[in-house]
This record gives sequence, C-alpha cells and structure tokens, in this order.
Amino acid sequence: MSTSLLEVEAINSFYGDSHILFDVSLTVGRNEVVALLGRNGAGKTTTLRSIMGLVTPRSGSIRLDGRAISGLPPFEIARLGLQLVPEERAIFGQLTVEENLRLAALTAPQAWTLDRIYEFFPRLRERRRSGGRQLSGGEQQMLAIARALIRDAQVILLDEPFEGLAPLIVRDLVRISRDLAAQGRTILVVEQNVVAALSFADRVYVLNNGHVAWEGTPAALRGDPALMKAHLGV
Amino acid sequence: MPSTALLLSQAFNGLALGTLLALVASGLTIILGTLGVLNFAHGALFMLGAYAMYVVMAHTGSWLLGLLAGGVFMLVVGVALERVLVRLFYQRPHEDQILVTFGAGIVIVEAVRAYFGGNTKSVPTPSWGQGIVRLGFLFYPTYRLELIGIVAALLFALYLVLYRTSIGLVVRAGIEDARMVGVLGINVRRAFLAVFALGVLAAGAAGMLYAPIVSVQPDMGGSFLVEAFVVIVIGGLGSYPGAVVGGLIAGEIVSLTSAFNTAYSEVMLYAVMALLLVLRPQGLFGSEGRV
Repeated sequence: MSTSLLEVEAINSFYGDSHILFDVSLTVGRNEVVALLGRNGAGKTTTLRSIMGLVTPRSGSIRLDGRAISGLPPFEIARLGLQLVPEERAIFGQLTVEENLRLAALTAPQAWTLDRIYEFFPRLRERRRSGGRQLSGGEQQMLAIARALIRDAQVILLDEPFEGLAPLIVRDLVRISRDLAAQGRTILVVEQNVVAALSFADRVYVLNNGHVAWEGTPAALRGDPALMKAHLGV
Repeated sequence: MPSTALLLSQAFNGLALGTLLALVASGLTIILGTLGVLNFAHGALFMLGAYAMYVVMAHTGSWLLGLLAGGVFMLVVGVALERVLVRLFYQRPHEDQILVTFGAGIVIVEAVRAYFGGNTKSVPTPSWGQGIVRLGFLFYPTYRLELIGIVAALLFALYLVLYRTSIGLVVRAGIEDARMVGVLGINVRRAFLAVFALGVLAAGAAGMLYAPIVSVQPDMGGSFLVEAFVVIVIGGLGSYPGAVVGGLIAGEIVSLTSAFNTAYSEVMLYAVMALLLVLRPQGLFGSEGRV
C-alpha cells in the first residue's frame, strides 16, 4: 500500500460536455507540500474542485487516507478533513471575520480555538469585528486560509492564494505558507506565480491541457528552462 | 387636507400593517436568499395561518392556544412542503420553482375553499385586546396597538435566531453563498429545511395575528403576497433588515396615502418601488449581483 494521504488516480472531469481533465493522477504525502502548476485553463482549478467534490469525476478514483471520497458531497468530504481555499476566496461579506471563523469551525471535530487562529494571524484579531466585505484582498486571503486552519484540515487545497495581491502582501502570504509547510501541514497548492509556489513546495506537477505533463522537484523544474517555457510560459 | 388625528391614526395603522408585512416578507426573503426559491405559495400560507387561528378560536376560544397550535401546524406544513415538493426543485430553473410553488398555493387555497366554503369568517378579538385606547387626543383600537408590540417581539425573536445562533449563522452565510457553506462541512440541505419551515412559520404567524382585524377568506393572501414582494424589492432581496425596514416603509406609504385618497395607496407603493429601482436597483440593504 502506498503511504500517500491523498491519492488521485486517473480522474476524468467534465464541465457539461467539455472534457477538462484527462486521466489526471497525483499523490500528496502526509506533511508534504505539492504544487500544481500550469497555464491558464490547464485544469488546475478543476483538479482541486474535483477533489473537493464540487465537480464529480466521471471516472477514476480519489482516496483520502485510503478511503474513497469521489462522489461524496462537498460537506462530507470537508468533514473527512479536506479543505478547499477557493480562488475567489468566498469570504462571507455580510458576516464578520469572527463569524466567518465560527461558521467554519461548526462541524470540525478538532476545531482550533479562535485564540490560536489569532496568534497565527494577529491581523485578523484586529479585524475580528469587521465585516468580510471591508477586508483588503490580503486580509481576505488570510481569513480564507484561517477558515481551513480552524477546521484543522488534514489536507488544505490552496487555489491561487497569491492572485491579484500586491507584491508586499504576496511576500507575507508566502511566509505564512512556508510556516504552514514547516509545521507539517499537508498542502496541495495551485498557483500562477511559479516562483512563489516553488519557494515552499516539496514536489511539483505540471498540468497541460488537462494532462499531467511533468512531475518532479522544484529544483529540477528550475533547472529546466525549456520545460518552464513550454508549459508555464515563464 | 386630512386632519392631524386622522393622519396620526393612519400612521399607527401603517405601523400595524408595516410590522405584519415585515413578518411575511422576512419569511419570503430568507427563503429566497438561502434556497434561491421565490415562494409563490407564501400568500396561501399566510391565509392558512389565519384559518388555523379561526379553527382553534372557534373550538376553544383561546387565542394563545391558537397561536401555539397554529405555529406547530405551520411548521409541519412547512416541513412537508419542503420535503415533498420544494426540495425536488432546488436544481431546476427559477421558472419551474415559481410554477410549482404557485401551483402549491392554488391547491392550498382551493382546498381551504372546498372545506370551509368561500364566505368570510370572522375571528374574534381576544378578550385582552377589545375596546379602544386613548392616546392623547387619539382613540385607537387596543388589539391593533398590541399587535404592533407582538409582531415587533416576533421580529426581534427572528433577529435573535438569525444573528445569535449557529443555525442563524448558517442561514446568513447560506444567503450569500450556499455552496461555500457546504465546502466548510455544513449540510446545507438540512439547513434549507429549517429555513423553509421558519419562513412558512413567519407567514403563518402573520396570518394568525392579522385574523381578528381582517375578513378571513381563502383569497386573502393574494394581495399580501404581492405587497410582500414589493417589500423585499425595496429592502433588498435576501436581506432580513431590508424586509423589516421595507415592510415598515410600505405599510406607512399605503396607510398614509389612504388618508388622502384610498385609490392611490397601492399606486404610491409601486411608484416608490419604481423610483427606488432607478436610484438603487439592489434595494436599500441588498448587495449587487445577488440571488
């Protein structure tokens, strides 16, 4: 048996009639940070959405800790310990920061305390009574990550955490991501910002047109400019 | 020009109508906001509440028992309607949802007509609500005055449920983004059932409380439903504060315009709604691009 915490095996996902993912397979080991890279439209977000149950793959299997989760509704998958931090962040704008966190903690078996979250994100403690809508982009992203942390998710699926944020904020978030990696959190991260993603990933998959085109270490990817150019355009 | 006493009296009537509209509309708006379903059976459910009060009052004479038994009855109706019918239509287009709830409303109205007949029933005012109260130079019916207080208390109770409980937290989040609530591990479908039942209870409670001051008959919900729609458009779709404030505004517009010319009361309501839609299309408390 494999020791991977998350195993995606040959999944095929569709939006309506369009075939988006073709036999995509990947694994994420316990305490491992895996980056999923690729151009726009390569199928990165669809992969994360398939794992979270927001898209049900037509074939293939997804296992968390050996247990098949493909076909389960998102709320059950979340209760098993997977947590998607979506690209659009999906902060509840009408709820305060603290209400966003309490909502996330409701069904978590081992929820963190608010204090522990606020120690990790002092900025969120300052903003805890602010409505989600009043937060800056960086604060929203922190809150989105904090909602996954307060649930003590076994695997965090980070979709484009640095997108649309100012360089200084990205630097903060990269530091936070590194801290999480150093704590042994298991993370599957999708990112357009290749340099930022490679700075805290242990392993990399490159997606191209819905196929896994390459798999290896950040060092190997950095050392292959032709590959970077062909699949990532950088 | 109407006298000051008449205007004042109409202002109180506006408050009584406004709080009731707020109660009906808050049920409509939380169902629309959370489930995405525009419940066209809402007027029929309001009427059903009035008949529940009529039946219990006719048999026991107890207003309190009418409110309690009627409340339980409305919850049962709400749960049944959601489980048997509405649940099957969450994934369907809005037209289908409107048609099926509209149809359910017709069935309820006609069933009541078949059983109770089409003639008007009168529900007695409870003993503690009879007579009139003197407010300075104004005489005002006691029950109407008490009604304002009772409905305000119910609206406050609904506020506490929505803003101080876990289920309220789920409902408010669900109004914004039901899918994300599911991604955070919450079974949204179960929350949907609670929201629908709560919305039906709000409509029914308004019917029960309103029963002593209107003529109870099978079609009484129709105009109330339309006014409730106007209220949630004014207040902002899916917004509870919007339903409350919009209800009070609508109640005052209708009542105060009646003091000048009854024929124009509804016209004025639609005129204000139209003006608001031009100036602030998302409504007073609504957010853009929702529902």
